[in-house]
Amino acid sequence: MKILVTVKRVTDPDVKVKVKSDGTGVVTDGIDYKVNPFDEIAVEEALRIKEKAGGEVVVASIGPAEATKEIRSALAMGAERGILVTTDQPLDPGVVARVLAKLVEEEKPDLILMGKQAVDGDNNQTGQMLAELLGVGQACFASKVELADDGGKATVTREVDGGFDVVEVDLPAVITADLRLNEPRYASLPGIMKAKKKPIKEVTLDSLGVDTNRKVVWHTFSEPPVRQAGIMVPDVPTLVAKLRDEAKVI
Amino acid sequence: MGNALIIAEYKDGKLKKGSRAAFAFAREYTQKNGGAFHVLVIGHNVTDVAEQCRRFGAEKVWQADAEGLGPYLAESWAQVVAQVAGDSQAELVGATATALAKDLLPRVAAKLDAGMASDIMGIDDNGYFLRPVWAGNAVVAAEITSPVKVVTVRGTEFEPAPEGEPGGELAPVTVNVDLGALKKRFVRFEEVKSERPELTEAAIIISGGRGTKGEEGFKLVEQLADLLGAAVGATRAAVDAGWVPNDLQVGQTGKVVAPDLYVAVGISGAIQHLAGMKGSKTIVAINKDEEAPIFSVADYGLVADLFKAVPEMVEEIKKAKA
Repeated sequence: MKILVTVKRVTDPDVKVKVKSDGTGVVTDGIDYKVNPFDEIAVEEALRIKEKAGGEVVVASIGPAEATKEIRSALAMGAERGILVTTDQPLDPGVVARVLAKLVEEEKPDLILMGKQAVDGDNNQTGQMLAELLGVGQACFASKVELADDGGKATVTREVDGGFDVVEVDLPAVITADLRLNEPRYASLPGIMKAKKKPIKEVTLDSLGVDTNRKVVWHTFSEPPVRQAGIMVPDVPTLVAKLRDEAKVI
Repeated sequence: MGNALIIAEYKDGKLKKGSRAAFAFAREYTQKNGGAFHVLVIGHNVTDVAEQCRRFGAEKVWQADAEGLGPYLAESWAQVVAQVAGDSQAELVGATATALAKDLLPRVAAKLDAGMASDIMGIDDNGYFLRPVWAGNAVVAAEITSPVKVVTVRGTEFEPAPEGEPGGELAPVTVNVDLGALKKRFVRFEEVKSERPELTEAAIIISGGRGTKGEEGFKLVEQLADLLGAAVGATRAAVDAGWVPNDLQVGQTGKVVAPDLYVAVGISGAIQHLAGMKGSKTIVAINKDEEAPIFSVADYGLVADLFKAVPEMVEEIKKAKA
């Protein structure tokens, strides 16, 4: 089983970003970059499938040359090799999906695993778009993935409103990971050492011959509406009185 | 000017109230940009739902009704949406940002070679779509440059379209989907049953976090919720720990809610959680750590042990109601 799994380099999800004063973006100075948490879950799932069924896990990323760091951290977890499509230009999910479709065409994986969304753009689009471009099935927001013994299909439990949707999808397919799919492992020290020697192929975005025209262009950034700080109340009776008489919500 | 096509969602034959947020957006959009507002209902035996959709000011309600469209599959529904987008001359295709819409619409966008904006909060004077990024810590004005534009609409940002008399033409869709060629099959739906109101539709939400320490603590949250006829919400930590089902998660990757009253019990206020609830009208925070970030968004903060404060609140409210 050959699995292609994607990792995006994102700002540390636990740091609250601020909007630049000129509105051209968010301030990233001094913020660490990490693997998008949902992608880390996708990597973990790929490794678990490989450990059971055998095969290879290939990690792909698109971004600046620095994104080799995020690929290395997936290699340190146990993936075999990486592909980095380098670019400094802004992309949209459609461009990313077309680039990934090109990689799939070259690599011919049996399964594509991705995070359901990246925690910077919060788009939640790329996996679904990739599935359509490839003409394959999609199983998004997965909380459980079971592969058939012959590797021809997967039964996937999806987290949806009001419960769980269980679907059976033919492989190759695109599966996107939700939070509860697994608990990603920490890279071991030997894993980190080994990862340094694992190959990462770098190709430039322009060399792929993919349409890189965006259909979504980001303009001005602004601060979200700010809430006025409220008051502290000394005890429960005061709180209940305020809710009843002032806020009139109970 | 093109039209705006909104995909309606329903459950047990009833139009979901959430869909009315996207209806309201489409009405606003077409009033501003010209064109007409259309609705699309997809499924099997959905005439009742289509009839209900006629009450919200749509010029046309398209009904794609076929046996194989019964259980939702992105692969079959996307084909139907793309077909009707053409038939209805839609310039905008959208739906309220539910789990179904988030799954379906990017596939539709790829099929239509369209750009998509997720979770939009409004439109600015340039016609750019305003949407939250970085867990709602910034709002970006996103321009969609393709002729067809696909959006999901953040339900909490639009007053549900008001219900009126039925109007608008019912248009049956001749469905041309080869279900045998689909590469995915529906197996089953495991419903998480609850007597409480749905999170995205509740006027009051009582939410619990790590501070509730487990199912026992969550019982207090539920007790308070039931007394007020409220929905129960949770943080990612509480869901991950298995104390409550996942669809109760409020936050960046869970549900975005904006009730009249949001009571955060034992919730520290991680940015991912705040992203899902800071639009609430009145926020109450109960936490024993006075430094907890949740207090920075709370209208009323109470530094207290929740295991004492919540039962006391239940008693006080009972007294106040009596």
